[in-house]
Amino acid sequence: MTTTASPVARATRLLRFDRVQRTVHWLNAALFILLILTAIPLYFGSLLGVTFPRHTIQMVHLWAGLVLPLPIALALLGSWGRRMRDDWRRASQWTRTEIRWLRTFGREPLVADKFNPGQKANAIFTIASIVVLFATGYILQWFRFFPVPWREGATVTHDLFAFAVFAVVVGHVALAVTHPESLRSMFTGKVRVEWARRHAPAWFDEEGPTDPD
Amino acid sequence: MSEDLVPSPERVNVGRRLFIGLVAAGAAGIAFGSGAQRVIGQKLGTGFGALLPGGDRFRIYSVTGQYPAIAPRRYQLKVSGLVDQPATFSLADLKAMPPTHFVKAFQCVTGWRVPDVPWRGVQLSHLLEQAGIQTGAIAISFDSYDHVDAESLTIEQAHLSDVIVAYEMYGAPVTREHGGPVRLVVPQMYGYKSLKWLSGIRVVDRVEPGFWEQNGYPVNGWLDGTTGATNPDPQLS
Repeated sequence: MTTTASPVARATRLLRFDRVQRTVHWLNAALFILLILTAIPLYFGSLLGVTFPRHTIQMVHLWAGLVLPLPIALALLGSWGRRMRDDWRRASQWTRTEIRWLRTFGREPLVADKFNPGQKANAIFTIASIVVLFATGYILQWFRFFPVPWREGATVTHDLFAFAVFAVVVGHVALAVTHPESLRSMFTGKVRVEWARRHAPAWFDEEGPTDPD
Repeated sequence: MSEDLVPSPERVNVGRRLFIGLVAAGAAGIAFGSGAQRVIGQKLGTGFGALLPGGDRFRIYSVTGQYPAIAPRRYQLKVSGLVDQPATFSLADLKAMPPTHFVKAFQCVTGWRVPDVPWRGVQLSHLLEQAGIQTGAIAISFDSYDHVDAESLTIEQAHLSDVIVAYEMYGAPVTREHGGPVRLVVPQMYGYKSLKWLSGIRVVDRVEPGFWEQNGYPVNGWLDGTTGATNPDPQLS
């Protein structure tokens, strides 16, 4: 159960994200950026009547979309995904206090777990959105197998979820760049024990002073 | 380390609820989004419906990645092939012919729909009568100023009263993006049959599949009943 971390590192830093989680995160990030960048001309270009190399952009968007569910799915399913699954469980299980905290937009006091309710909601929303965008995108691409009202419904739904995901991604990036240590942990995997004590006290109490893993 | 994460009265599986809720919202969107959009459009007017993200708006496609620019006064429509009197019409010639106008939904095969689009133009059957179709003619091939897109209709389909060569849309000249100055409008079929930037009408002895048909779309692009198709193709419906 022990990691390769030295006793010193163990004392000063905690593993927040393992290599699998970081890889999945950045693969997702790259795919989302690609999807958003290609979605802009596909959506606004078509509505405004601006010309662009539609076919190429469409193919990039299609392939990025088809690949999008793979990183999370593969990470959750494999033997390497223990931490992924642990964190998914953490993101799913909420205390009553956490629910109240999110409902009051952070006005209720909270002893934060490894992830605060906003981060948990972000993770759940992202995964659910991938499912919805994949399903609606599938209908848009292989529309011949679906009745016309479904194609119309899929068009509207794909657009609405895309707007929501875009807004959430913008918020996520804004919070990341204003919280450098959180952001750094998505590169290095680790946070200082001090940081954990301040930002994730419940998690710190759970594993901070003893075994990091 | 996750013993304290097992469900207990203190913890609620928000993850499952939120996940299922969002996916259910997505499924409801697929199933009822089309109807909801229509109700919103009717209640608030199509103008407002068009303001919603992905609402009742045209999405402009072009098979070449650009839109041909044709000055209205230089526009020419060539009628040729198996006809008694091949002819070339200017925009003014077309406007001098008896006009037909109607308001119909424009339905794209990929799943967007614009309700209540007013069109004005000349019935294709009128042009065909003037030209005089010769025996042996089976179909009409349509050419576009983009030199890539092409379409076809059978002689019978071409005689439907609402198949027109349109020069007005929403009471104004058809714009460049929408296929102006002159485009074909076949409201009983999917949008790809309504060829933009119409340059030629050729009467031919066989159905020549157009651009989209060569890419797998049905040659007979009848709407399947959802936007009031009055004459569905028995083979496809």
